[in-house]
Amino acid sequence: MFSILREYGVLLLVGQYPNGPLGGLAITLVLSALGLLLAFPLGVAIALARISPFGWLRMPAMAVIYVVRGVPLLMFIFWVYFFVPVLTGRMVSGFTTMVITLVIYQAAYLAEIVRAGIEGLPRGQTEAARAVGLSYIQTMTKVLLPQALYNMVPALVSQFVSTIKETSLGYVISVNEVTFAANQINSSLMTQPFQVYFILAAIYFCLCFSLTRLARFLERRIATRREGTFRPATGLAPAAAGPIAPEQAA
Amino acid sequence: MGSKIDFSVLARGEYPQWIWHGVLTMFELTLAAWLFALILGTVLAVIRMADNRVAKAFVASYVEYHQNVPMLVQVFLWYFGMPALLPHAAQQWLNAHDSEFLLALIAIGLCMAAYVSEGLRAGIRSIPKSQLEAARAIGLSYLQASRLVVLPQALRIALPTLVSHTVLLFKNTSLAMTIGVAELTYATREIESQSFKTVEVYLLSTVIYLGVSLLIMTAGARLESRYRISAR
Repeated sequence: MFSILREYGVLLLVGQYPNGPLGGLAITLVLSALGLLLAFPLGVAIALARISPFGWLRMPAMAVIYVVRGVPLLMFIFWVYFFVPVLTGRMVSGFTTMVITLVIYQAAYLAEIVRAGIEGLPRGQTEAARAVGLSYIQTMTKVLLPQALYNMVPALVSQFVSTIKETSLGYVISVNEVTFAANQINSSLMTQPFQVYFILAAIYFCLCFSLTRLARFLERRIATRREGTFRPATGLAPAAAGPIAPEQAA
Repeated sequence: MGSKIDFSVLARGEYPQWIWHGVLTMFELTLAAWLFALILGTVLAVIRMADNRVAKAFVASYVEYHQNVPMLVQVFLWYFGMPALLPHAAQQWLNAHDSEFLLALIAIGLCMAAYVSEGLRAGIRSIPKSQLEAARAIGLSYLQASRLVVLPQALRIALPTLVSHTVLLFKNTSLAMTIGVAELTYATREIESQSFKTVEVYLLSTVIYLGVSLLIMTAGARLESRYRISAR
């Protein structure tokens, strides 16, 4: 196993980088970061449409969320793979295809997280903001969203983990990421498939596990901080911590 | 690529059989992996509830491992990696029987079992520990207490999570395509590559996936509302 790492470790990390395109784990990370960053504003927009008082905004947003969450990511990848070239009239790289897919897919999941974040705020926040004369949009952007987004930070880190895992599907359209690199190594070695895929699993595990831990740490920190500011404001003992955390998009 | 959308292509030749076979395989895989994950997940959750640090640590690491490694990598590890560790006779047996389905089922089932046990654990944690203690005090064994007192309540609380995991499992059966299991996504790809009727065939299978997902979600919501009432 160590001989594989010694010989192919660089390929797993950066692909053929100095002599060729960047690949491997580096591309996995770039893909995930880019996917989530671009999906974020879209997700917030869908969430706002989803809870807006206007039916003509709510319905399409709901449709998007339901459709995206009901169809396998693999199916989405193939849709984007075939139709982005048709729509734009030019060839698109696997990398771009994967980014577009991830943005659409993640936006729908983020939208539900943002919605849960906004709906999780006490109703008094909206009422107070409206009472002092803020408009609906002002209430959203000045009062609700800042708080909701702060509380969402742990969920966003978990979502980053999902995105990292999802980039592995880029393999089916030959995106040059770490799973693809492992497959290349496997087909050139032929004799040690278990070792190769075990190393691949270990790489994903180390990366995602540390992020999962980070998410949990942030969750606890934000929970204690909220409790701290909550107590003096209401003069009540903090309610017993809810037993069930809101289910995260898996 | 054809300029006109024409769904009648899908009724041509062997395409209907391919799609039908794909849908059946998809359902078989979903159902088998779901049962496997539900049983193993429950067992893992019960083990984690026990007062044994070694058992707890084992289940915790099992869950962490499966939650932090992509399911596709699991599928590859089981399909390409595991047979290489087996003795020669077992390898030949796997080659002789189309083992793709079995190995996909194991990989997906093991992964989902981790999610199921996490969902159940959250449910179990919300049941006061005194319930287990009371059940033990009236003379039930640990297993009886879990089976008769704690799990039924935990299941009800974990139901929404379990439903969303069922949808996830259903969608993830499409990953079996990568190792050559002829399920719906695989059939879709085959028909597309032969007929070049991309829109039609992708639209059809997307609608099938979406329909089944919505069906699972609706059934889950109905189940939830039923158990909410009976709990009162």
